[in-house]
Amino acid sequence: MGIDIRIPIGLMFTALGLLVGGYGLLSGSSVRQGINVNLWWGAGALLLGLAMLWFSRRDSE
Amino acid sequence: MAALRLSPIDYAVLGVYFTFVLSIGWLLKRHMKTSADFFLSGRSIPAWVTGLAFLSANLGAQEVIGMAASGAKYGIVTSHFYWVGAIPAMVFVGVFMMPFYYGSRARSVPEYLKLRFDEKTRALNAVSFAAMTVFSSGISLYAMGLLLGSLLGWDFTVSILVSAGIVLIYTFLGGLTSAIYNEVLQFFLIVMGFLPLVFLGLHDAGGWSGLTAKLERVATSQGFAAGAWSQSWSHLGSAAANPMGVESFGLVMGLGFVLSFGYWCTDFLVVQRAMAAQSMSAARRTPLIAAVPKMLFPALVILPGMIAIALTVQGDAGGFALPKKPDGTFNYDMAIPMMLGHYFPPGLLGVGLAALMASFMSGMAGNATAFNTVWTYDIYQSYIRRNAGDAHYLWMGRMATVFGIGASVAAAFVASRFNNIMDMLQLVFAFVNAPLFATFLLGMFWKRATGHGAFAGLLAGTLAAALHHGLTLPAHAVAGVKGGWFAVLHRYPSEMAQNFWTAIFAWSACFGVTLLVSLASRARPDQELVGLVYSLTERPREEKAAWHQRPAVLGVVVLALTLVLNLVFR
Repeated sequence: MGIDIRIPIGLMFTALGLLVGGYGLLSGSSVRQGINVNLWWGAGALLLGLAMLWFSRRDSE
Repeated sequence: MAALRLSPIDYAVLGVYFTFVLSIGWLLKRHMKTSADFFLSGRSIPAWVTGLAFLSANLGAQEVIGMAASGAKYGIVTSHFYWVGAIPAMVFVGVFMMPFYYGSRARSVPEYLKLRFDEKTRALNAVSFAAMTVFSSGISLYAMGLLLGSLLGWDFTVSILVSAGIVLIYTFLGGLTSAIYNEVLQFFLIVMGFLPLVFLGLHDAGGWSGLTAKLERVATSQGFAAGAWSQSWSHLGSAAANPMGVESFGLVMGLGFVLSFGYWCTDFLVVQRAMAAQSMSAARRTPLIAAVPKMLFPALVILPGMIAIALTVQGDAGGFALPKKPDGTFNYDMAIPMMLGHYFPPGLLGVGLAALMASFMSGMAGNATAFNTVWTYDIYQSYIRRNAGDAHYLWMGRMATVFGIGASVAAAFVASRFNNIMDMLQLVFAFVNAPLFATFLLGMFWKRATGHGAFAGLLAGTLAAALHHGLTLPAHAVAGVKGGWFAVLHRYPSEMAQNFWTAIFAWSACFGVTLLVSLASRARPDQELVGLVYSLTERPREEKAAWHQRPAVLGVVVLALTLVLNLVFR
């Protein structure tokens, strides 16, 4: 009712993905066990966020 | 001393999360026009949303912290709280019970009891449920305040007021819809926040095979068989063979049947999510959709605890180690928080912390919305002011949200000063809850069950639980809040085993007494029970729907998948 929940979820993960992923690119302290975890998490979150937005858009058309 | 230090990026992540949570409440405010919007979401929500909310409302911070603690303390046997103690009951409530909850148009679980039985049964359930939600969210607030204090050095009072304040704002503005929508958002955040923890921890421990090898050392060092931490069924033959101190009969009957069905099938906190669904079919699919992630959750919340204890016992310099309490035992509750600090760099640490707060808030909002509904419909409208306009009840719902959360905050402060009062209250609620499922089972599937029977049965079940608890004691415990306050007739190998058997006794007493008193009292005519009892209600038709829309098919799929998990990790 009211709003499509996929829009806020999509926007939030897009924002968090850009924020944390961007921080992973720029800061030197993001690597754990040889993996830049911030960058990878950011990429995953961005993907989830965009997928949510895409599904929401597809259904509203 | 604070165990973790947050960087500006972590505060930015927390800020993003709080902004979205609050704006969902704010955006929904103008859609809350009637009390049905506020308390029932106008019965308009799709099944995948109510399904994830169903799961999330139950997933409080205490569950996340507690399940990881259990994973460290008892190993993979903890998974039975999911595989035995949740999935079968979730399938049952979806396939068999939802037609009556949703189909009767009751607005709450106590209201169903009123329709099916009588006023006094509803009153008993409504009052005890309302009190329980307030106290249990108070207890989780208290735990959250302590955790944030020890982890981040945040002030207890400020932590409590801010966390409760945020939940209050979004449930006050957007009612059940806001709680449900936020629960879905929180679900994704919890999964995304803990997945990297599992990944990094497992990587560190040398994968699943490295982990099981280390867990063998954990088990043998405590005098158990090598697989006691990594095999879920192989060591349940006797209570002495596993660290949890339970055997398979007590586990399956006590946890799997009585406690689990009592919670998932009768607790309004979860059932309310399904009642908000947009159709009968969506309501029935709600718990079934929830069951799929639920069966995988042990990997997210129990596995970190198992990793924590494995790495601690391995004892590498600079590696992860569980902190100890002053008395020298491990502080298992710190497994997840300490792992967040150990494995997550700035940035991801903010995400992990947001996930922890999300789990806390979803649990608290669940309590708040269940409380305001039961208070307004089952107590206020039924006994205090019967015939007011709808706008008045909408207003009362908002006031009840403020009052309920305020009372939880007060309970949290009481808990911080008198810890054993809370232990005793939880005990009393456990006695009240234990027999509930017998009442619902007889009510829904035996048309001869009567109101007098149900009421007498509930009282007898609660009494039986109290008596059993008063006469038994777990090993190594002193008589008091742990039991044995009449006399000690029997000692159980563990507190868990005692809990399971308390539940079994309570359920049996309630079942027996309801049966006898019902037969001795006057039955209600059949036509009054249409839509409320199985044999008098037309089965929902679903032959035309696609297989994944059909509750019975979904239920079988869910049970089969759970069986596979149990076989793989037996």
